[in-house]
Amino acid sequence: MATTETTASGIGPVEGASQYSVDNPAPLIEAPRQRTKKSPKSTRGNFEMAAWLFMRLSGVVLVVLVIGHLLIQLVLDGGVSKIGFAFVAGRWASPFWQVWDLLMLWLAMLHGANGLRTVINDYAERANTRLWLKGLLYTATVFTILLGTLVIFTFDPNIR
Amino acid sequence: MATPVLDKADSAPEPGFADSPYITVTFRIRRFNPEISAEAFWDDFQVEIDPKERVLDALHKIKWELDGSLTFRRSCAHGICGSDAMRINGKNRLACKTLIKDINPAKPITVEAIKGLTVLKDLVVDMDPFFQAYRDVMPFLITKDTNEPTRERLQTAEDRERFDDTTKCILCAACTSSCPVFWNDGQYFGPAAIVNAHRFIFDSRDEAGEQRLEILNDRDGVWRCRTTFNCTDACPRGIEITKAIQEVKRALITRRY
Ligand code: HEM
Ligand code: SF4
Ligand code: FES
Repeated sequence: MATTETTASGIGPVEGASQYSVDNPAPLIEAPRQRTKKSPKSTRGNFEMAAWLFMRLSGVVLVVLVIGHLLIQLVLDGGVSKIGFAFVAGRWASPFWQVWDLLMLWLAMLHGANGLRTVINDYAERANTRLWLKGLLYTATVFTILLGTLVIFTFDPNIR
Repeated sequence: MATPVLDKADSAPEPGFADSPYITVTFRIRRFNPEISAEAFWDDFQVEIDPKERVLDALHKIKWELDGSLTFRRSCAHGICGSDAMRINGKNRLACKTLIKDINPAKPITVEAIKGLTVLKDLVVDMDPFFQAYRDVMPFLITKDTNEPTRERLQTAEDRERFDDTTKCILCAACTSSCPVFWNDGQYFGPAAIVNAHRFIFDSRDEAGEQRLEILNDRDGVWRCRTTFNCTDACPRGIEITKAIQEVKRALITRRY
């Protein structure tokens, strides 16, 4: 038995002697997550719905694009060893593969970025942490999308 | 030995009848009293109890016979009022619906307050944020006619069946406090609020479905659901919560409900 004796007031010794009193009150627990003046007013609108839909739709398209990409790059025709400048140049000579890679770049980047946005929303606890992580994420996303797009459109097979 | 049953009754008493059904079970309870310490701690109690009793009976035994300062909520003690949701062996359950024999009494049984809400004392949490989200979805019948109705609002059996599952909610908060999205910042409406919105959105007599859908289209509304299924696992009423949330999402996209 853990504790059997009780004090006159019926309070078990678990309570022990209080460090706090009327003059020295226990710290107030801040009521969390109350809708205060600081919490944003309107957070409605269709953005979250659009983002949710985009994840499913882009996912479906990515299955085709990514698996096709992996097959071509890593499995078929001698596998990974065939990849080189010439191989890439050969594929990008066709507008079909340019569009494929462009679409894959945009969809995967936006899909991945939005996925990480939800991960940040779900895990970062402080507003500041969120701000910085999202800032970093959006910067990296924009940089990669722009650089990738630039390369696909300006690729010059005769560069030396 | 043609009739072993009779033979047995003659020779020995029914097994398990004469020997005591009582076993000793350790309850490891997460205690917190802000007037004493800002830290919570684990407190072990050994209880002699029939394993066919419920965790709530053990908590009563502890409070009444061992330590009167143990604090928890309970009211009906029969799974209907929704006051005693707690985290038992790491899973949200109602203490009054959990038999000790079902949760391995050979090992210490841990009992904690539900997560994601501020602990006030021991197993008692501040339910205000939970009920705020509930209020926000307007959980009451809204009709457009301004006149008092002169007769009952009738509904077909099929129309009633449409939202039957979500009428079973007892607002125990087991689902919302099992949701990892709610744990983070507590701004997510949470499964319970969506379940209770679902109950009216899909009610043919109610006319504010559009409004409720708009409310749940919020940044912290249904779209934060990650289909974790923790809520469905936790619900003591067996409500298919994740399904209800998906139905609200679908209604938002198709605007049909
Ligand atoms: C191959 C086909 C793909 C499919 C079918 C797919 C599907 C999905 C879906 C439906 C979600 C939403 C999950 C939710 O809301 O709970 C998601 C999340 C996510 N996806 Fe994809 N995806 C694919 C490829 C990718 C790629 C290529 C990336 C990386 C660039 C990626 C990164 C992410 C991330 C970071 C998340 C967030 C994780 C989370 O919410 O837990 N996915 N994916
Ligand atoms: S849906 Fe189930 S778990 Fe959630 S509050 Fe209602 S009864 Fe409790
Ligand atoms: S005490 Fe009422 S539900 Fe458990």
